[in-house]
Amino acid sequence: MEIALERPGSLTCPLALTINGNPYTLDVYPWTTLLDLLRSNLELTGTKKGCDHGQCGACTVMIDGQRMNACLKLAITLDGTAVTTVEGLGTPDDLHPMQKAFVEHDAFQCGYCTPGQICSAVALLQEGHARSREDIRELMSGNLCRCGAYSNITDAIEEVLAKQATDPSHREAAE
Amino acid sequence: MKPFSYSRAETVADAVAALVANPHAQVLAGGTNLVDLMKYEVIHPEAIIDINPLPMKTIEELPDGGLRIGALASNSAVAYDARVQAQFPLLASAILAGASPQLRNAASTGGNLLQKTRCCYFYDPSTPCNKRAPGSGCAAIGGLTRMHAILGASEKCIAVHPSDMCVALVALDATVEVEGPDGARDIAVCDFHRLPGDAPERDNTLARGELITGVRLERNHFAQHHSYLKVRDRLSYAFGVVSVAATIEIAGTQIADMRVALGGVAHKPWRDQLAEADFAGAPAEEATFQRVADRLLVKAKGQGDNDFKIPLVRKAIVRALRQAASGTPQSQTNKKIQ
Ligand SMILES: Cc1cc2nc3c(=O)[nH]c(=O)nc-3n(C[C@H](O)[C@H](O)[C@H](O)COP(=O)(O)OP(=O)(O)OC[C@H]3O[C@@H](n4cnc5c(N)ncnc54)[C@H](O)[C@@H]3O)c2cc1C
Ligand code: SF4
Ligand code: FES
Ligand code: FES
Repeated sequence: MEIALERPGSLTCPLALTINGNPYTLDVYPWTTLLDLLRSNLELTGTKKGCDHGQCGACTVMIDGQRMNACLKLAITLDGTAVTTVEGLGTPDDLHPMQKAFVEHDAFQCGYCTPGQICSAVALLQEGHARSREDIRELMSGNLCRCGAYSNITDAIEEVLAKQATDPSHREAAE
Repeated sequence: MKPFSYSRAETVADAVAALVANPHAQVLAGGTNLVDLMKYEVIHPEAIIDINPLPMKTIEELPDGGLRIGALASNSAVAYDARVQAQFPLLASAILAGASPQLRNAASTGGNLLQKTRCCYFYDPSTPCNKRAPGSGCAAIGGLTRMHAILGASEKCIAVHPSDMCVALVALDATVEVEGPDGARDIAVCDFHRLPGDAPERDNTLARGELITGVRLERNHFAQHHSYLKVRDRLSYAFGVVSVAATIEIAGTQIADMRVALGGVAHKPWRDQLAEADFAGAPAEEATFQRVADRLLVKAKGQGDNDFKIPLVRKAIVRALRQAASGTPQSQTNKKIQ
């Protein structure tokens, strides 16, 4: 056992992790979720809070390359991991291919679900299980969009998937 | 969330000792169920023991041809494992029918077995619930019962077990490996979850301090004829209203061996081995499947709002058996029921 708190609430725990390539050494309360750590403590507000209960996907980030709901992960459990949020995918001047495709396909309206959709879509392509539009629809079902931009979201992902299949350099860029 | 202390287990013995030392300690795996329940303050452990550092992630082949799945193997790792897909496609299919890709990446095998009911009153600390607060009563009885049990319910609790994965494990006669203060033991998955009876606060037969370390699957002859059919309110990312895991071993045109497990109908994945045995040698055809469904549902009793579950699951059993017999399992991508 590395960490033991004598008086709950009175102490924080040390946490070292990488976020978007930058190392962080932090002290967090054990009950702080990754989502609250990102948004409130680190002001990385790209990752959104929708339901806070694993039901909407707005908080989707990648943890060691795997997409997960940041609202259900206690930050303290992520010691030594590498987290990627939407801020780590591209910059306004140098968009990630998935971000570019979302812009080109008008794959959002209010944009609230978009960071989660994009992180989820990037991970989806890395997982390599999606081969058809139908697969994309099913494997993106963990991301809800209250504006109902689903068909354009699917178009955007389908385009990046198709480009990746025909052009390996595009694949590297997308990952 | 209420404050709690946090520690990391370095060995299974560590985690067991910590659970024994503090009756209000609880282990944490993927957190997709426990953290959610802690946010609603349905569960408020004093101490969280993080078991993620334990070496329980592997899926390994057993000498007899079966597989052993470590308790921390994620739901995604299991569902996409080539050996699981080849030998136990029913399990892969059931896992992919549940939750979302994000949740399946985080969720562990042990945590899935131990996930709590989704009864809406259990989730709402302002209502009475014998499972959450033993002796307080059951708000579901006489309340909204659309998602509740039609088999094996008691006067104390009418909740259902929500897992998809467990329904397949029950159909596959899996074994749960556990380790506790008195050493290691095996529990047949059919005996793992329990009916509510007089003690709905107990979901399963795990003793205090016991940890799930893995799940064992024996080699079987069901890989050709199986189907996991889940019926729900929307096509994905929703808990089942009812579900059926069906496997048949067919000899010529007859049933040599058949297993049917039902989800969303009881406090545990429902199976009736005596009934199954009675159909050995029966023709693998529609009329038989209807008799199977009737037989499994002899004691079914609706709660009012969920009376529809009885004809729904009857039809789902017949469909799933038909899909299994014809070698065309339900797709978890194209959800159209053939
Ligand atoms: C929005 C949403 C939708 C979902 N939809 C579905 C669905 O359609 N179908 C479905 O089947 N499931 C569904 N789930 C549930 C999901 O499958 C479970 O939350 C998950 O499997 C739990 O695993 P975990 O590792 O995250 O468990 P945790 O939350 O970490 O733990 C759950 C419980 O198990 C205990 N525990 C964990 N591991 C061990 C161990 N090795 N030994 C002893 N105790 C242990 C914990 O103490 C805790 O009590 C859904 C969940 C959410 C949030
Ligand atoms: S059905 Fe069970 S879980 Fe639901 S309120 Fe009643 S006692 Fe609680
Ligand atoms: S905010 Fe995490 S899933 Fe909705
Ligand atoms: S764009 Fe508004 S919620 Fe998706």
